[in-house]
Amino acid sequence: MDDAAPGPIYRADPPGGLVVTPLDAFTAVYHRRSGMTHLLTEPAPQILAILGEAGLSLDALLDRLADDYDLADATASALAARLDELVAAGLVATS
Amino acid sequence: MRHAFALRIGPIGFRIGSDWRAPIDQLRSLYRDYPAPQDGVADYTVRLFARRPWRRWLRPSVEIGGDYMLPEAAPLPLRHGLLAAEMAMNLQMALGARRHLLLHASAVERDGRAVLMTGVSGAGKSTLATLLAARGWRFMGDEFVLLDPATGLLHAFPRLISLKNAAIPAAEAAWPDARMGPLMAATPKGDIRHMVPDARAIAAMDRPATPALLLFPRYGDAAAVRPVPPAEAFVRMTQASTNYVALGEPGFTAMTRLIAQVPAVAIDYPDGASGVAQVEALCAAL
Amino acid sequence: MRGAVTDLPHTVAADARLLACALADPGRVMALGAEGWTSLLTIARAEQLIGTLALRLDGLPLPRAVEAILGDARAAAEQGRRAALWEAEMARRALAPLGCPVVLLKGTAYAAAGLLAGQGRSIGDLDILVPRAALDRVEAAVLGAGWEWVKPDPYDDAYYRRWMHELPPLIHRERDRMIDVHHTILPLTARVTPDPERLIADSVPLGNGLRTLSPNGMIVHAAAHLFADGDLAGGLRNLWDIRCLVEEFGTEGLAEAAARHGLRLPVARALRLVDGLFAGGRLAGSDRLCVRRLTARDGWGRPTRPVTRLAFYVRSHALRMPPAMLARHLWTKWRKA
Repeated sequence: MDDAAPGPIYRADPPGGLVVTPLDAFTAVYHRRSGMTHLLTEPAPQILAILGEAGLSLDALLDRLADDYDLADATASALAARLDELVAAGLVATS
Repeated sequence: MRHAFALRIGPIGFRIGSDWRAPIDQLRSLYRDYPAPQDGVADYTVRLFARRPWRRWLRPSVEIGGDYMLPEAAPLPLRHGLLAAEMAMNLQMALGARRHLLLHASAVERDGRAVLMTGVSGAGKSTLATLLAARGWRFMGDEFVLLDPATGLLHAFPRLISLKNAAIPAAEAAWPDARMGPLMAATPKGDIRHMVPDARAIAAMDRPATPALLLFPRYGDAAAVRPVPPAEAFVRMTQASTNYVALGEPGFTAMTRLIAQVPAVAIDYPDGASGVAQVEALCAAL
Repeated sequence: MRGAVTDLPHTVAADARLLACALADPGRVMALGAEGWTSLLTIARAEQLIGTLALRLDGLPLPRAVEAILGDARAAAEQGRRAALWEAEMARRALAPLGCPVVLLKGTAYAAAGLLAGQGRSIGDLDILVPRAALDRVEAAVLGAGWEWVKPDPYDDAYYRRWMHELPPLIHRERDRMIDVHHTILPLTARVTPDPERLIADSVPLGNGLRTLSPNGMIVHAAAHLFADGDLAGGLRNLWDIRCLVEEFGTEGLAEAAARHGLRLPVARALRLVDGLFAGGRLAGSDRLCVRRLTARDGWGRPTRPVTRLAFYVRSHALRMPPAMLARHLWTKWRKA
């Protein structure tokens, strides 16, 4: 029985918060709230698209990524690392 | 200020004040065919000043000031006063430009379509632009080109062309009738001489152009051509812009649209003639 | 096109009162010619008030070149505001887990609260006020969220921690923006010691977890820095802030709040100067000297009136430091200059 404390809920900006322009393997993203431009690769744009609708836990996000985008080789720890990067960049918040 | 002068280069008006007469006289002479600032109100103010009163005469050294200033900038000797004025105007543009996306690039135009050339110092963007202009292209600028975020059009900024070291004799050969400023030897950037753009470039400075080719030239290797993928072009162009971040969303939109609509190509070229030939061939194929 | 480059007269006998008049009574700019406009815009830039001027003049029929310049200034102020509020948000995210009050100060506070004083204002670093007891935890949280020390000099650091009202300067390693973490609003070496606990207790929530000082607190803070911290450099912007705060909130309870923090005289003087500079009030005595210092800027953007400036510079340090420290500090600065 898993009795660890529930993990954080990750949130991105609501729809309209980003201007997303795919370039090639990279996607250029303008974050309206910060005025910053980011160049992202898979699965970051997909993560932002999902989290922009509602906050999700790590596990729920992993499931959605597998379902919606067929990113089968993602693991929880790899996803946590990507989320940490997005949090540091200000694109995802946990509070 | 004791001596002053005002002019317009493309859409940007400057007024330059100076504690010394010589740099103003040189500017007035070289820029004699340029218009005045619109409505008599300059966009930027530049000041060439002496930090201490005695520095006007004793080993005169020119400090650069204006609307935007760098606190630790080193002064220049008076004999390089013209260079100080040009650097000061560049600084105002680099730190203050707002209306346009400022691209650190040279540009030439033909039939309303423009080639932008950008790269590190020494890549030859000034030289290539000068050589192409000698072959009938309209010279738009050697240092900055202005992209209007609303229209996506390029606006010329044909200031005095800053030639360095080996580029000086090359330009003198290509443009034997050009008006030149004084040779300033042994500046912090080597030998420098300014060349006045040709009459056609000055007369056409208010006519914008559609960007048609983004070129990343590199001098010194055997001729080669390679397309530059969009993300790489995006990164290189934002790095080539001093005000991309400051412009915010209009800057993002303008830059992504530029990358989407205009092919980006990197070339290696061994000499000026080769470089020119490569550019002509690329444009013919567009 | 035959050349039309312009020879300008070599002096323009303007000072920053030109700017004060334009801000106070925008319609008066209609009388300006090219030379006057050039001086006004240059002075406004030098005083970091061009964004404010642009908003004050919005809607007036202006020469096209002036419209373009002011349009640029509005766009710059808007982008600056966005960046400043983002810094506040990132600080909020880093400090939320601590549960201590985090009070925004100065320009960021005005912008976050949507105040008149924030409109068109140029905003610099992020300034926040936190309880002194929480300082160590705040420092740790900020360092953990990507900010790092600007200066590694141990002497400066010890001086800062002991005497100043803030942590040594911090800058964010990715965003390249500074944050100033204050635990009181004036240096501990100053002769006036405001009551930070009272300021925090009276602070007002923004609704997102961050706070601002109360309106009276903001006026008291602005006045404190105008006289007790700076040598009045940049004071015109500070005074305009105070003018806007008074216009928006009035002065009820202000004198009592000022007295509570030992700042009754600076606040009173600030109100007189606002009246004199922006409402045509008559000034006397040392107030006039303050105005001389505050408007010491010529049409080329250069600081003028060096004797007055020096007098205020020495005075400001005298207020901040005991004589022995002052002597040592000025000696070091003189040698480095």
